[in-house]
Amino acid sequence: MLPELSHKEIHRYSRHLLIPDVGLKGQQKLKAASVLIIGTGGLGSPVALYLAAAGVGRIGLVDYDLVDFSNLQRQIIHGESRLGDLKVESARDRLLDLNSEIQVDIYNELITSENALEIAAPYDLIIDCTDNFPTRYLVNDLCVLTRKPNVYGSIFRFDGQVSVFSAEHGPCYRCLFPEPPPPGLVPSCAEGGVFGVLPGTIGSIQAAEALKLILGIGEPLIGRLLLFDALDMSFQTVKLKKNPGCKICGENPEITELIDYEVFCGMPAHDHDAGSAGEEWDITAEDLAARLDEGVNLRLIDVREPHEQEISNLDGSELIPLGQFASRLSELDSAQEIVLYCKSGIRSARALEILVSAGFKKVKNLKHGINAWALEVDPSLPIY
Amino acid sequence: MPILKIPSPLRPYAEGQSSITAPGEKVSEVLEFTLEQYPLLKKHLLSDDHQLRPFVNVFLGDENIKELQGIETPIKENDTLMIIPSIAGG
Repeated sequence: MLPELSHKEIHRYSRHLLIPDVGLKGQQKLKAASVLIIGTGGLGSPVALYLAAAGVGRIGLVDYDLVDFSNLQRQIIHGESRLGDLKVESARDRLLDLNSEIQVDIYNELITSENALEIAAPYDLIIDCTDNFPTRYLVNDLCVLTRKPNVYGSIFRFDGQVSVFSAEHGPCYRCLFPEPPPPGLVPSCAEGGVFGVLPGTIGSIQAAEALKLILGIGEPLIGRLLLFDALDMSFQTVKLKKNPGCKICGENPEITELIDYEVFCGMPAHDHDAGSAGEEWDITAEDLAARLDEGVNLRLIDVREPHEQEISNLDGSELIPLGQFASRLSELDSAQEIVLYCKSGIRSARALEILVSAGFKKVKNLKHGINAWALEVDPSLPIY
Repeated sequence: MPILKIPSPLRPYAEGQSSITAPGEKVSEVLEFTLEQYPLLKKHLLSDDHQLRPFVNVFLGDENIKELQGIETPIKENDTLMIIPSIAGG
């Protein structure tokens, strides 16, 4: 039995009701639907806004983070007045301002193997708007095990991917990518950046797929992967097939319950950009400043990309981008003390691993990168 | 000659190129030619035993080469190969 629409709702959704494929019954299906959106960042913003505007009756939002100034370039559900607030509260308030007739549930927590089944239980479908590999594998496995469709979207710089992984009817995320990249090989958006409108495009497509699934209209992206390149301004669709050897949806699945995804991926389940190489190898910005003031002879190596030097720079540093690091070790002398830095300490921690495995011992990582230097030592530098 | 399209996440390892024209009658030959020119791409594409790594896919048109003959898949003069990497941003 589908819920009735009030006169006010009929007025609000009139442009939907005019489409024969939606109509009154379709709008009632939307009102009866429940959708869980995991992540309220770049992708989660447009997904949540469009689903709320479309009249999806119950929307769950999962995020553990706070609204940060660097989010506002693309996370359009949040605003300056909500800086420092919980993302789920900021997003909920915006959704209810847009449509007070829907129900918005918030989960201010990191989704994990321990809480995922309980959080997902009340919802018909799940939208993957996360920003890291461990959570993507968790969301995939959760959806396969609970037989819920997973509307997947992913972005990096100018490229986006969208699919609907519905293991009962087609492949899952693991069929396409059986394993994640090793830690550090693929930079996150916090390290590599993302074109601000890209999540708008990809998130809108995820929202469209979710609405189509609820309405039962059109051809969902099951068994297809949509690729978007904002530089070429091109869309391309490729075919995806179920992998009979898939570890979770194949013929003989090895994974029958949720696992530890941080261990599986070898990386943390967040995209925070504060990196450390461990206490033994880190040097704080204040300690580095003190050593430089003492006149200690050390080499400062910047492992960022050349264009980042225009944003901020440490005097006397030399540039060896991380991508070239392993092939340029001959430029470094293991007898000399070396301090590595990047934006936030993540890439320099990777460079440090390369040096240490090559036998270097007198090497340190600037903890939390040049942004920490800007915060603690030299406020004339910007934080980015 | 066949064309190999490089997605933006991997372009820094291919001197910024968005596509590479590479001779070859099989996918493996195109990849080998490409990796000779851009060795930094190797760890993103192939394992030490010259198999595609499990977090990257290569498509010939709209078909995953895994569904064809893997890196031994034959290709024609005007074919376009596309690398599809794992990305996780959101």
